[in-house]
Amino acid sequence: MQITQSQGKRRPNPIRSFSKWFNQEKVLGPALVAPALLILIVLIAYPFSVGIWLSFTDKQIAVTDSGRFIGIQNFITLFKNSIFQRTTLNTFNYAVGSVFFKLVLGMLMALVLDKVRLFKNFFRGLLLLPWIVPTSLSALGWLWMFDSTFSVFNRLLLDAGLIQEKIIWLGRPAIAMFSLQVVNVWRGIPFFGISLLAGLQTIPEDLYEASEIDGAGAWRQFWNVTFPLLMPVTAVVTLYSIVQTFADFQIVYVLTRGGPINSTHLFATLTHQTAILAGKLGEGAAVSLFMFPVLVVSVIFLLRYLQREE
Amino acid sequence: MLKSRNSYRFQKILGRISVWLGLLFFIVILLFPFYFMFISSFKPNDELYNLSKNPLMIESWTLDHYTYLLKQTRFIQWLKNSTLVAVVSTGISIVIGTIAAYSLARLRYRGVQALGMVIFISYLIPTTLLFIPLAYVVRNLGLFDKQVALMITYPTFLIPFCTWLLMGYFRGIPKELEESAMVDGATRLQALRMIILPIMIPGIVSAGLFAFTLSWNEFVYALTLAQTESIKTLPVGIVSQLVLADVYFWGELMGAALLGSVPIALLYSFFLEYYVKGMTAGAVKG
Repeated sequence: MQITQSQGKRRPNPIRSFSKWFNQEKVLGPALVAPALLILIVLIAYPFSVGIWLSFTDKQIAVTDSGRFIGIQNFITLFKNSIFQRTTLNTFNYAVGSVFFKLVLGMLMALVLDKVRLFKNFFRGLLLLPWIVPTSLSALGWLWMFDSTFSVFNRLLLDAGLIQEKIIWLGRPAIAMFSLQVVNVWRGIPFFGISLLAGLQTIPEDLYEASEIDGAGAWRQFWNVTFPLLMPVTAVVTLYSIVQTFADFQIVYVLTRGGPINSTHLFATLTHQTAILAGKLGEGAAVSLFMFPVLVVSVIFLLRYLQREE
Repeated sequence: MLKSRNSYRFQKILGRISVWLGLLFFIVILLFPFYFMFISSFKPNDELYNLSKNPLMIESWTLDHYTYLLKQTRFIQWLKNSTLVAVVSTGISIVIGTIAAYSLARLRYRGVQALGMVIFISYLIPTTLLFIPLAYVVRNLGLFDKQVALMITYPTFLIPFCTWLLMGYFRGIPKELEESAMVDGATRLQALRMIILPIMIPGIVSAGLFAFTLSWNEFVYALTLAQTESIKTLPVGIVSQLVLADVYFWGELMGAALLGSVPIALLYSFFLEYYVKGMTAGAVKG
C-alpha cells in the first residue's frame, strides 16, 4: 500500500501534470490566441506579402507565361496613366469631402439625439438604418433615385421650380463624384451620430451646469465643454472613417462602375477593373497598394491616441 | 422677474422646437431612400415609368414585383447562401474571438500587448486592400469559387472585430470571480467556461450580431471569390444578376434590395439594446 503511494508520487499522472502545465498563464495565454493568429497570418499577412510580390510582376489571369519579375514597371505604367492620376485625385477628394460632411452632420445628429427623451431608443434604431443595411443594396435604391429619366429628385426639384432642366446625376464626371459622395455621407452619418452620442453621454452634467452659471450660451458651451471633451471619440471615429472611406468600393461599383469614361474610379474600383475585369493581376495589385500609406498613417495616429488616452 | 421667467420659458420652448425640427430633418434625409424603395417595389410598371404620376404615391398596389422575384429569380437560393456563409463564419469567429479576447484581456505573458496591437491593426485593414492577392491565395488553396472560400476569409475581419469588442467586456468582469473559482480548485479554462462565459452572454450576443451583419453585408470578397451564379451571396446576386445592362426591373430590384435588408433590420429591432451598447463600447474604448 505504502509502496504504491510513493510510486504514484514519483510518476505523476500525465494528464494531470499536462493540465497543470497548460494552466500557466504563459502557456494558456498564447495557446488561446494561436487560432486567431494563425488565421490572420495565413489570410492577411501572407496574402499581403503575395500582393507586394504580384505588384512587381506581369502576372495575368489565364496567361500561363506571365508572372515574371519586372521591377517597378507596373508603378511606372500607373504614374503615366491618366486614369490612374484621375483616380488618385478622386480618392482623396471622395474621402476628405465625405468624411468632413459625415463628421459635421453626425455631430449635429448626436447633439439632437442627446436631447430627445421621447421614444429615445426607437429613434436611435430607426436612424441607424442607413448604416446597418447592406450598402450594395441601398446603393441600388440610390441608383434608381439618380436614374437619368425617372430620377425622383429631378421630378421633385422640377415640380418645385428649383431647377429648369434635369440634372444628370451620374452621367457627368463632376456631378457623378458629388452624387457618390452624397450616398457615402448618407450611409455614414448614423455611424458618426451614434458613436459621438455615446461619447456625449460620458460628459458629466455638472460641467454644463457650471458653464451655464458662468453665463455661457449654447454655442459657447459647445466649443468650451462639449467639443474638447468629445475630442478623443471624435478623433478615433474620424480616423476609422478615413481608412474605410479611402478604401470604399461598393457605392462606386453599384452606381457608376467608375464611369463615365473612367472618371469616378477610386483605388478599390480601379483595382477590381484592372485585376479582375482586365485580368492584369500584377498591375491591379500595384493599384491596391496605394491604399496602404493612408492606412499606415491612420493606424499610427490611432495607436498614439489610444495610448495617450490610457 | 416675471419677464425673465417668461423669456426663460420662451427659450426652453424654442430649444424643444429646434430639437424636434432637427430630428425631423434627420428622419427625412436618412429614411427617404427607404420610403422611396418601398413605394417603388409595390408600384405597377405603368405608374413606375409614367412621368405624369406622383412619384411619391401609389394609385394601385401590386405584389407582381415580389412574385417575380421569388418565382423567376434565384433570390431564395442567394438568401440561403448568405445565411449559411454568415452563420458559419460568425460561429467560427465567435469561438476563436472569445478565447483570444480572454487571453488578451486577462492573462499576463510576454508579448500580450504586441498581440493586442496586431489584432487591432488587422481590424482596421480594409478588405479592398487584400482582395486581389487573397483571390490568388484562395485559388492556390483550391478553394476558388467555393462557398468555403467565403467561410474562411470572412473570419479575417470578423475575428479581430469580435476579439476587440469582447476584450472590453472581459475587462468589465471583476477578476475576483474567476480567482475564487480557481481557489476552489478549478483550472482557468473551467473557471472561464462555468463562471465567466455565462456573464459574458450579452457581450457574445452583441459580438455575434455585429459579426452576422458584417458578413451578411460583405461585398468585395463575395464578388471576387464566389462567381458561380448558384453560390453567390444575396447582395452580389442581386447586384450582378438582376441589374441587366440596359433593362432595369426597378420594381423587382427595389423589392430585392428591401427583402435583402429585412433580416438585418429585424435582428436589430430585437437586439437594439445590445447593439447600441456594443457600438458604444467599441466607440468609447476605441
